[in-house]
Amino acid sequence: MLPCGDAALLVELGSLPAALALHADLAAAPPPGVVDVVPAARTVLVRTAPGADLAALAGLLAGRAAPTGAAAAPAPAPAVELRVVYDGEDLAEVGELTGLGAAGVVAAHTASTWTTAFTGFAPGFGYLTGGDPRLHVPRRSSPRTRVPAGSVALAGEFSGVYPRTSPGGWQLIGTCDAVLFDPDRDPPALLRPGTRVRFTDAGTAAP
Amino acid sequence: MTRALEVLAAGPFTSVQDTGRPGLADMGVGPSGAADRGALLLVNRLLGNDPRAAALEATLGGLRLRARGAVAVAVTGAAGPLRCAGRDAWAGEVLHLRDGEELEVGLPEAGLRSYVGVRGGVDVRPVLGSRSTDVLSGLGPPPIAAGQVLPVGTAPAHWPQVDAVAVAPAAGEVRLRVLPGPRDDWFVPAALRELLTAAWTVTARSDRVGMRLAGPVLRRSRTEELPSEGVVRGALQVAADGSPALFLADHPLTGGYPVIAVVLDADVDRAAQARPGQVLRFARKR
Repeated sequence: MLPCGDAALLVELGSLPAALALHADLAAAPPPGVVDVVPAARTVLVRTAPGADLAALAGLLAGRAAPTGAAAAPAPAPAVELRVVYDGEDLAEVGELTGLGAAGVVAAHTASTWTTAFTGFAPGFGYLTGGDPRLHVPRRSSPRTRVPAGSVALAGEFSGVYPRTSPGGWQLIGTCDAVLFDPDRDPPALLRPGTRVRFTDAGTAAP
Repeated sequence: MTRALEVLAAGPFTSVQDTGRPGLADMGVGPSGAADRGALLLVNRLLGNDPRAAALEATLGGLRLRARGAVAVAVTGAAGPLRCAGRDAWAGEVLHLRDGEELEVGLPEAGLRSYVGVRGGVDVRPVLGSRSTDVLSGLGPPPIAAGQVLPVGTAPAHWPQVDAVAVAPAAGEVRLRVLPGPRDDWFVPAALRELLTAAWTVTARSDRVGMRLAGPVLRRSRTEELPSEGVVRGALQVAADGSPALFLADHPLTGGYPVIAVVLDADVDRAAQARPGQVLRFARKR
């Protein structure tokens, strides 16, 4: 439990699944005074209203962060299917980096079910984990100033889909036309922490 | 006739702001909202508005508005020369504009962000429950531009028992209280001392996302990559080159650089009023 100013606590957890479990638990039953919960790779940030009793909250969170077995894990919803045209600018390079070749990268990317670990970077952007470990590639040494919306990308242990055109340093392997984020839709974000994702090969782009 | 404010000039940067979008982090949406929350609450209180009503946040003045229909307005936050219907006017009091009359918000003498409230609130379409422009995520209405016509909401039934309030962001050095952490242990011990003793100059690389500060290099003891973690408004995140940035309303939800200390929540409003060139000093909270 790390201090984070006078209106938040940063809970450090050993692993991503532990962070996800604590986030799910806090989302289902938010402690009094908590206004926002930000899950990340190894941590959960708990933001409170000004003047909240952080010492009391720390005690409560210490109890909630302890492993409670299967009780914390909700029944998984069906996986979201994302159809991808594997035409990314970095596909050939990722094929070389991984030794899988372009076709091997597509096969590995579509073979497993991914899980949204956390969100951030942009509304609707999910950091997806649980893919084939052979797909772990570094970020590009120099980020692109413009990555088109719908780009499917890899970096480190993560895969992700850019919800809108933005700068970005991930390796681009394909494009997907799903609407990741729409503020007028309920829910606005297709991917939330815990959402599972299956990528499928949509073949080549329509001419 | 529908009451509205017509934008004649937008100044260097003006946006619509209210109390933001807290609680939506799990869909990747940041809190946003007024950079100086106290100034927004004050202008709404002066006008008898709901505290969550939207106002205009003008950076370094330059804003000119024309009333469509009779409206009551007020200005808080950074105070500079005001002209209301062709006459000099003051921040912190309710000003009445008749149809066609203009309000001019000049360059503040001190402070950075002026809040122009209107009785009934700026009634542009909310996005995810807020009318705030989030400059990082692009959510909310576009920044204010000349030619826009901003609808004004229904005026509340009552006036508050207050005619004028004191409004005075500080010139000169701004003292801010901090709590060390969460990642002060990623730095050499001298780094925290430097943070708490040096004069930190606000640079021009500052906006609603955060303010880059110039000062001594804050050296790290741990150089590995930090897995991204949640950050708060007021966090002092130290980039790879050793220079800190102070996060403001539109900060990213997570950051991949260590946060050496966090400015107390109540002090962030004053930080948000510091102009490029102004000096910040950090003191450890007792």
